[in-house]
Amino acid sequence: MKTAMTRRRDNAFDAAAARARCKRYRRRILDMSQNVTALHIGGAFSCTEIVDCIYNELMRPGVRGGKSPDTFLMSKGHGCMIQYVILEDLGILTKADLDAYCTPKGRLGTHPDYGNPGIEASTGALGHGLSMVVGMALAERGRGTNGIIYTVLSDGEVQEGSTWEAVLMASSLKLTNIVAFVDNNDLQSLGRTSQTHPSFYPLATKFEAFGWETAEIDGHDPAAAHAAVTGRSGTKPLMVCAKTVKGKGVSYMENVPVWHYRSPNKAEYAQALRELEAQ
Amino acid sequence: MRNTFSEALYDAATKNPNIYIVVSDISPAGSMAKFSSQYPDRFINVGVAEQSMIGICAGLALKGCQPFAYTIATFTLYRPFEMVRDDLCYQNLPVTVVGMGAGVIYSTLGGTHHTQEDMAIAGALPNMQVIAPCDPLECTDATRWCAQQKNGPVYLRIGKAGEPVLTKGAEPWQFGKVRYLRRGSDVCILTYGVITKMAVAIADRLQEQGKSVSLVSVHTVKPLDRAGIVDALKRHKHVIVIEEHAPQGGLAPQTKQLAWDSKATCRLDAFTLQDEFIHNYGSYDDLLAAHGLSPGRILDVVT
Repeated sequence: MKTAMTRRRDNAFDAAAARARCKRYRRRILDMSQNVTALHIGGAFSCTEIVDCIYNELMRPGVRGGKSPDTFLMSKGHGCMIQYVILEDLGILTKADLDAYCTPKGRLGTHPDYGNPGIEASTGALGHGLSMVVGMALAERGRGTNGIIYTVLSDGEVQEGSTWEAVLMASSLKLTNIVAFVDNNDLQSLGRTSQTHPSFYPLATKFEAFGWETAEIDGHDPAAAHAAVTGRSGTKPLMVCAKTVKGKGVSYMENVPVWHYRSPNKAEYAQALRELEAQ
Repeated sequence: MRNTFSEALYDAATKNPNIYIVVSDISPAGSMAKFSSQYPDRFINVGVAEQSMIGICAGLALKGCQPFAYTIATFTLYRPFEMVRDDLCYQNLPVTVVGMGAGVIYSTLGGTHHTQEDMAIAGALPNMQVIAPCDPLECTDATRWCAQQKNGPVYLRIGKAGEPVLTKGAEPWQFGKVRYLRRGSDVCILTYGVITKMAVAIADRLQEQGKSVSLVSVHTVKPLDRAGIVDALKRHKHVIVIEEHAPQGGLAPQTKQLAWDSKATCRLDAFTLQDEFIHNYGSYDDLLAAHGLSPGRILDVVT
């Protein structure tokens, strides 16, 4: 198994710019948390660097400002806050969309809903995304357009049997145009994922045994995510197992399960902003 | 029926490169072998992995393809139910979920292989369209329609093999419309799917008794042709529903509801499977008879 650290680094990658964007995105999510309580902050902060890297560094721009030939599907639908703020940043969603999040006036909810701008599939129930990714990758290959399908799974989600059906299908169909990440923040509703299923770890060897190329990275190192993907062999589907911290960036949220869904109060919000600014 | 389904799908796939079939470990019947050898990239066998079968169809449809999911009915609808609901219906994608050998056709395989509740389950899902052809010719028409429609998901409930042709020379098949296989004025039999063969035998016996009989294939159970059913309730003195399905959620209760809503004055009899699993074995007719669906018993009640 290769790790990202042994892969070549793409010299063009601007890690400082990525860190600045991620700080801005976390700040935007915290701002939204003061208007609406229905947020999954912890799981959005654990995959911030990964989703930023996919949208801002990996997906190819569309011709003449059009749609990218590549696709991103948020398999861990509850992480979509980070997707929304990036889509706003890219001009695909509007400030008005995010301001109306989870209100009767708006169209965005706590899970991605197909039909909204930039949302390529409805997710929320876990274990659905990867099979849809396989179907999308198949369609791209069948047409000869060969768009790359990117996705992010949660580590709780890889406990779903349906995820492993899709893992098998991707390798059996030799879908080399799939790039997936597991956001391995080691937390699910009832505790540590590694305590729920100790023999499941390390994850990467399991995906490798099912015919995937794998990489293990620090999921908060944007350069590592970029290097893992750009340095792949391209002969197999790729699964990047990203070690992450739930609630990353705000000390009192990190690894504390209640921040799966809670919103900070005013004092907590102020502290969170101070901590982000200091980073 | 599965052979005519395969033939119709193969023809459609020849004309439309966006047609895919995703099967779950089902032995290729008839033209399915032709499909898989000529279009190997569009014939996907997931093995015994039905959740993935539905999810892959959704992914294909999200990219503009026209996929069919195909295996034995219980495994296309029940096993991957949440994928059917969320991936296909919630996203409203034009995927046809083919339930082959539906009802109690697999009469010796036991309850794990029966779909007695599929019309209720599929019909309860928003956006889902439900079609159950009565013979190989209707199966061809329905398959052709599914291969080009863009409304959303379809549950296509078909038989297996050896079903007789019942609709030769009948009025054209039209999605969402009841179809008269014969027209009379006294009695009207409403039915759909493979059990239509039994309804034909009953219609024949009633005609021998001097009655003027209509026989209607209600092939599209959702959206139901409400106006067509209400018209049948108005025009006949006696309406009989014969349905290979549990008593709840299918054609029989919907017909009763329409009769009440339209203040129908006709006599109305409904014959369905019972709300019980079937633990006995035998022929298809044996299993239907065990739940009271036999020409003799139905004729006893209605005459």
